[in-house]
Amino acid sequence: MAALVIAEHDNQSLKAATLNAVAAALQCSPEVDILVAGSGADVAAGAAVQIAGVRKVIQIDAPALADQLAEPLAAQILSIANGYSHILAPATANGKNVMPRVAAKLDVAQLSDVTKVVSADTFERPIYAGNAIATVQSADPVKVITVRTTGFDPVAATGGSAAVEKQAAADSAGKSAFVGRELTKSDRPELTAAKIIVSGGRGLGSGEKYQELVVPLADKLGAALGASRAAVDAGYVPNDYQVGQTGKIVAPQLYVAVGISGAIQHLAGMKDSKVIVAINKDPEAPIFSVADYGLVADLFTSVPELTKALS
Amino acid sequence: MKILVAVKRVVDYNVKVRVKSDNSGVDIANVKMSMNPFDEIAVEEAVRLKEAGVATEVVVVTAGVTQCQETLRTALAIGADRAILVETDADLQPLAVAKILKALSEKEAAQIIILGKQAIDDDSNQTGQMLASLLDIPQATFASKVVVADGKATVTREVDGGLETIALTLPAVITTDLRLNEPRYVTLPNIMKAKKKPLDIIKPEELGVDIAPRLKTLKVEEPPKRTAGVMVADVAALVEKLKNEAKVI
Repeated sequence: MAALVIAEHDNQSLKAATLNAVAAALQCSPEVDILVAGSGADVAAGAAVQIAGVRKVIQIDAPALADQLAEPLAAQILSIANGYSHILAPATANGKNVMPRVAAKLDVAQLSDVTKVVSADTFERPIYAGNAIATVQSADPVKVITVRTTGFDPVAATGGSAAVEKQAAADSAGKSAFVGRELTKSDRPELTAAKIIVSGGRGLGSGEKYQELVVPLADKLGAALGASRAAVDAGYVPNDYQVGQTGKIVAPQLYVAVGISGAIQHLAGMKDSKVIVAINKDPEAPIFSVADYGLVADLFTSVPELTKALS
Repeated sequence: MKILVAVKRVVDYNVKVRVKSDNSGVDIANVKMSMNPFDEIAVEEAVRLKEAGVATEVVVVTAGVTQCQETLRTALAIGADRAILVETDADLQPLAVAKILKALSEKEAAQIIILGKQAIDDDSNQTGQMLASLLDIPQATFASKVVVADGKATVTREVDGGLETIALTLPAVITTDLRLNEPRYVTLPNIMKAKKKPLDIIKPEELGVDIAPRLKTLKVEEPPKRTAGVMVADVAALVEKLKNEAKVI
């Protein structure tokens, strides 16, 4: 049977996480459809048809879907769920928000943050903040899955030639309403998609030091900015910078941890990075147990030095 | 109005768990257990809503083994009014818990149900959403600010890229994110008082819900170990390694 991928988009652009979810879907079934549910989402649907390996794109357009609220979105997914053996979404804030609603209505379990497809009914997923990997089998008729994007290489965004099939929106009760949105403005690569990430922790001491030390280094490397929970809680940076079990899960080519001790919850978010560099003055810091290259040094002198050395 | 808060007893977040040698699961015998950190935030928020005069009663619930009573007592010490334990030794998965909570929410006629966004053991992040779905009521997940007025809850949510605010018609389900509040420390007098607060124990059968597990865990393994890294002497050596050995810059 076919698999359905719920596209992650903001009506205008299709988010890269969708490509990772399609990759996971193709391992479940050779027939993969994408649902683009939104309002005026023609551009996003136009991008979805070009994704390699996709059979068809179902576009549902309705004003109620403009802001991806869980209730109307779940209603649309359920309206077309019949006939699919797998329903997948990337494990983003949106995917995590809506998919359990779909699973509960179908009376099936959900498989969260899947990192590997073993077979059409068996999957691997991390538990206990990534300290253990569970292999789980689902006997349910429909597998509802959120995909940990760092676990799957994205499929090509072009080369596909799927057709768009427009469908009418299903009725959805208006018990929730969108009020507003405050997005952090940034010209940098998106944290979850970046090749290089420079992350700062409590060791920096203040938001000013983060701007003064971490930002120039990231500029030099063309890197995204990250932070530990301690740095976020202390108000150095906005909360969407947070890397960890409760923040973003990343796996870049290079992860530079500056003034981060390496608590379990932080490691859960970044230990799949290809190369990890840690700069910390405490030689006992747990971050050194996962770092490929460790430098025990005062970050206030070594980070500017590093920035300079890269010029 | 009445607020229902769901809490879970989990391995303490400071404990580094070990996988059992037979790969059947994680060894949690003789390991410190605590209330799931997100649930502490949920209890705190409910108690604050009561202190602000929005809520009249805070009922805290959990499902699991007998020892979960300790977790409920902690919630009572934070300020919840009474507790319910749905006692079972069965392996409870999020869908089953959502069904139990649905039955309890209906029985208690709760206007707001607050849960943590995820439990730090199974890392599922499902139960709140499933509960809202089963009850056919709106949800606000990953809440960092909650304002309740005029039969509505206005909730600021932490989403990828920033914050988003939505308004929900009550009854509704809210799941807490880390920055919603800082849970208070429980004081000794409150722990003593909590011992006298009512704690009802019921069986899942009394609620008439199907709690059979849907997912079968075939094995649990250690994650792949990273190969030991090297310590470099100075910045120059680090740059040299990154350029020539790792070739990442």
